[in-house]
Amino acid sequence: MSESLYTELQWLPRPPEDFAKRCRALREAAGDGGREVRALASFGLDENKLARLANAIEAVRGRPDALRSLTPFRLGILSNATSHFMVPALIATAARYGIALECIEGNYGQLMQEALAADSAVNRARPDAVLVALDYRGLALDAPLGSASAVESVVERALDELRVVRDALRRNSGASCIFQTLARPVEASFGSLDLALSGTRRNVIDLFNRRLSVDLAAKEDLLLDVAGLAETLGLSVWHDPALWNIGKIPFANAYLPIYADLACRLIAALRGKSRRCLVLDLDNTLWGGVIGDDGLEGIVLGQGDPQGEAFLAVQSAAFALRERGIVLAVSSKNSDEIARLPFRHHPEMLLRENHVAVFQANWNDKATNIRAIAAELSLGLESLVFLDDNPAERRLVRDMLPEVAVPELPEDPAYFVRTLLAAGYFEAVTFSPEDQKRADFYQDNARRVALQAATGDLDAYLATLDMTITFQPFNEIGRARIAQLINKSNQFNLTTRRYTEAQVGEMEADPNCFTLQVRLVDTFGDNGMISVIICRRDADTWHVDTWLMSCRVLGRRVEQAVLQELVSHARTLGITRIVGTYRPTERNRLVEDHYAKLGFTECECPVEGSTLWSLDVANHRDTNLPMNVVRPQV
Amino acid sequence: MDDPVLTRLTSIFREVFDDDDLVLKPELTANDVDGWDSLTHIRLILSVQKAFGVKFSSVEMSRLKNVGDLVALMKHKQAPGVVT
Repeated sequence: MSESLYTELQWLPRPPEDFAKRCRALREAAGDGGREVRALASFGLDENKLARLANAIEAVRGRPDALRSLTPFRLGILSNATSHFMVPALIATAARYGIALECIEGNYGQLMQEALAADSAVNRARPDAVLVALDYRGLALDAPLGSASAVESVVERALDELRVVRDALRRNSGASCIFQTLARPVEASFGSLDLALSGTRRNVIDLFNRRLSVDLAAKEDLLLDVAGLAETLGLSVWHDPALWNIGKIPFANAYLPIYADLACRLIAALRGKSRRCLVLDLDNTLWGGVIGDDGLEGIVLGQGDPQGEAFLAVQSAAFALRERGIVLAVSSKNSDEIARLPFRHHPEMLLRENHVAVFQANWNDKATNIRAIAAELSLGLESLVFLDDNPAERRLVRDMLPEVAVPELPEDPAYFVRTLLAAGYFEAVTFSPEDQKRADFYQDNARRVALQAATGDLDAYLATLDMTITFQPFNEIGRARIAQLINKSNQFNLTTRRYTEAQVGEMEADPNCFTLQVRLVDTFGDNGMISVIICRRDADTWHVDTWLMSCRVLGRRVEQAVLQELVSHARTLGITRIVGTYRPTERNRLVEDHYAKLGFTECECPVEGSTLWSLDVANHRDTNLPMNVVRPQV
Repeated sequence: MDDPVLTRLTSIFREVFDDDDLVLKPELTANDVDGWDSLTHIRLILSVQKAFGVKFSSVEMSRLKNVGDLVALMKHKQAPGVVT
């Protein structure tokens, strides 16, 4: 992870195989193509793919309503270098932010003429804003060495020229300006002295950038900090002298995608489309490990451990965002009280409950929870960013709530913060006293929201996961893993009965024991063994001795599949009733309603504290589940 | 079209010019292809450099007159023993 984070826009998902086909389809489709345009723009596109999408956008632009769901924006572009190569990248990238961008270019190198002539192409177009894309090579910035006052007057003269441009554009077109800072060249004249000595390129450009930013702070104009971007990427790769010589191309083409993204963030911010709320996952996002399994002492967080420091850095970044007015929320698959434990009692936690506006820890799918968070905060879904280390959760939210920004994250948590911030979700063009107070305004001590029933289109999503579930009785190959699951599963475990590997082996041969080991493969890979069931026969009844499942596959309807498997075997074996027990522990509140949800009826329980449930096999009806079932023959 | 260099170039040309029916012939020039202007030319050359892992000098770039020249240059760059 380095420069490629930025050049490849790695926080965005990779473009699909059929990208070109979808671009073509766009041209032929009738009606509003805005959603599809935005979806296509939301992949990490290189220059060629941006151009392809821009071509498709141009092809449909004339058709009424073709881009109806996007916000129109007209951008004038004036430059003292070649700007034409940026146009397709800008048009395609703007769609990522829900904007239908139209670009009007002025003639090359004619800043002043285009601004002053009321009938110039840019002025006539009445743009919403004009991008003044400056390159140091097109400004008169030569100053004699060693004279601070000479540098002052050179910089002031250059700025005066821009002030004239700005005032003329305002007068003639009504547009405000977006001024670029100057990326300084890498070539030094003295060396380190360049920084201090008046009149060196570096010295003059530094002063120019500083003055430009101060000047703009008092006006309605905006700053596009290209100098900052070039430094982030590296000036030596940003500037390509060969490209400049060939076509006056001001920076290496490889950086067009990130340049365009930076510019479009600004335009989006101008249209109030910046994101306002960061929704955080907990386990392996804010701390290392799983609080429900590892407990308060087992999670990894804090100084002295590389992983712990990485997660602390995530908290620190979230905290800093909150300081500047970004609202924080939590969405976690956990029981509420367990999820809150670290916030209340872990000494290394930087984030506390009072920093979190909405705290959704439950076992519903995350899309439902995120929708509830948005509703509670009265924010649109397009104001939300969702940070989660789990690719399956990211994809679910992206599929079900395409409006929510969901950054891809690298494996190593050390790079979570950089990736989140590189995406620029929270770009702002101003910072006001209200911003400072906003996070507090939303604060009401980590509220929790009552949820609607889980969303109906979940099955459609699950179908895309291409799940294959495998059922087998216990056997020698699975024995060690079965014993391991039996001894470590705490949360999705109905009875929490522990057995040794030898005891598991005995069950294999016991005619009164019916056992299942369950595996699940999906589009993300092989989840391995994810569920274990043991039933003991008593005449025509099965008592479910053990039913456990890995929380990784919660919300995949695996429980229903297991029940259908049990029922079908029960019928073959002449079992008429399945009886299950829930034995509560501190960790397994999650499955309190497990049997109720599966259609069992509660009966009187002889054991204090436990609950007993019964299912009449004849009454059970199978439903269509979104997975393939495999039963390997021994 | 069995020439492996020409086959790889074809897919790059199709990507750059957004035309999946484009067929490359050695005598093909910028005049024959819709949208092949000076800026697209640069994009094309950069895409070729990236895909083949080679670097052209400014002189080499400006000397290219048609697809045949490009194929010849690629073969020269890829020839064993040639430092690129």
